[in-house]
Amino acid sequence: MNLWKKLLCYSRRKSPWLFHMNSGSCNGCDIELIAGLTPRYDAEQLGVKHEASPRHADIICISGPVTHTAVNAMKTVYGQVCHPKAVVAIGSCPASTNVFIDSRVLDGPLDRHIPVDVYVPGCPPRPDAILAGIAKAAEILAARAGQEAQPAAAPVAAEEEKA
Amino acid sequence: MNATTALLRMLVFPGILFAAPAAWFFLWIERKAMAALQQRIGPPFMQPFFDFVKLMGKQVPPREGLGGFLMKLWPVLAVAASAGAVGLLPVIPRSGGFPGDLVLLLSLLELPSMFIIAAGFSSRSLWGELGSSREAILSVSYNVVFLMAIIGIAASQHTFSLQALAQSQGSPLRWLGVLAILICLPAKLHMNPFSVTNAEQEIYAGPMTEYTGHELALWELAHGMEWVAATGLVATLIAPPLANPWMAGALFVVLSVAVVLVLTIVAAATARLTIDDSVRFFWRCALAFAVLGVSSVLLMRIKL
Ligand code: SF4
Repeated sequence: MNLWKKLLCYSRRKSPWLFHMNSGSCNGCDIELIAGLTPRYDAEQLGVKHEASPRHADIICISGPVTHTAVNAMKTVYGQVCHPKAVVAIGSCPASTNVFIDSRVLDGPLDRHIPVDVYVPGCPPRPDAILAGIAKAAEILAARAGQEAQPAAAPVAAEEEKA
Repeated sequence: MNATTALLRMLVFPGILFAAPAAWFFLWIERKAMAALQQRIGPPFMQPFFDFVKLMGKQVPPREGLGGFLMKLWPVLAVAASAGAVGLLPVIPRSGGFPGDLVLLLSLLELPSMFIIAAGFSSRSLWGELGSSREAILSVSYNVVFLMAIIGIAASQHTFSLQALAQSQGSPLRWLGVLAILICLPAKLHMNPFSVTNAEQEIYAGPMTEYTGHELALWELAHGMEWVAATGLVATLIAPPLANPWMAGALFVVLSVAVVLVLTIVAAATARLTIDDSVRFFWRCALAFAVLGVSSVLLMRIKL
């Protein structure tokens, strides 16, 4: 690995920019994610920046159990984030549809539609757990430096990372 | 100034080679000061550099046709213009310069904002166009004040050369002008309370919405260099003339950082104004102020 690649890997780990998407969440997880950016937890120490445009982001944070209406929007956003990218599923909802299981408005869980890299379980998870998940996703981003393109958005089996 | 020194100043000091690290440093100071004011720890020292490298290594979606070409072109031009503006700053006294370089500096400072407007429209994104039209409206308003302030200062000193302005003594009128410039800088640098252009979250990222990868990295770099050039202009105007070039250089940097801190404190203490309020502010309050400055300079000159 040459010097530029090493620097690039390191920088990717040091500067994960987030795009946050709500796919029908109860708003609990969204509040906890934002709490992670506030002075108490201060995600900016990790280089995290909450970006408004998916084009700027490296990590997509998705909360919510994925409703039918959210599926297409979510796929669009996933396509708009440029390679390399990672997906963090925040809360138990995207992992298992949680308390909304068997609801007729749902098309979850999340990994039926896009590949998920990190699951942060909890209902809602604590902000420090979310930040740990983001840090882990940043490591995955750095590891993807060599890869030229992201695997296509195919359904993948849920990696059971739920501790 | 001959061609070699001009090229050296543009490319080495205080041009690109010096301006790029300075730009990252200033961006870091701004973020760190903002974090400190909000009682956070804030980003690590090398953060803007890491952001730049990361963005350089990110993929860019294929862009076709003339629109795509223009989208690639604007950030490059913006970096060139702001690097040129930094290159004109008289960081070290008596290092060259030519009569009228203040006018060139002003136009180079203005160009990035024009490129931002063009970039938003060529990205064909709704939010980009919205941000661009806001930037256009805002720049028409604050530039009147900005130019009036500069004209007032230049007229009171009878010169349009940065070197001569840096060497001359300050006067009450110059302080009035500097104050007017400081009021315009948040709008020029898209800071609160005049951050309607890229109004984060509100209109996504404004003109930058569609940008990613190395193009976005260049925009960030251009933005940082704009910081260096704009705060450097203020530092030039307020620094007392010093004979020792090292002292003068150090004072220049200290004053620029102080200006960054002042602007950050203002940004942290205020909320975003709507476009109507921003425009009204510049036309009503600040313009009156600038007109006062210019007219008193002119009256003084008639009496002389
Ligand atoms: S995991 Fe719990 S808190 Fe989070 S969106 Fe689902 S129900 Fe709400």
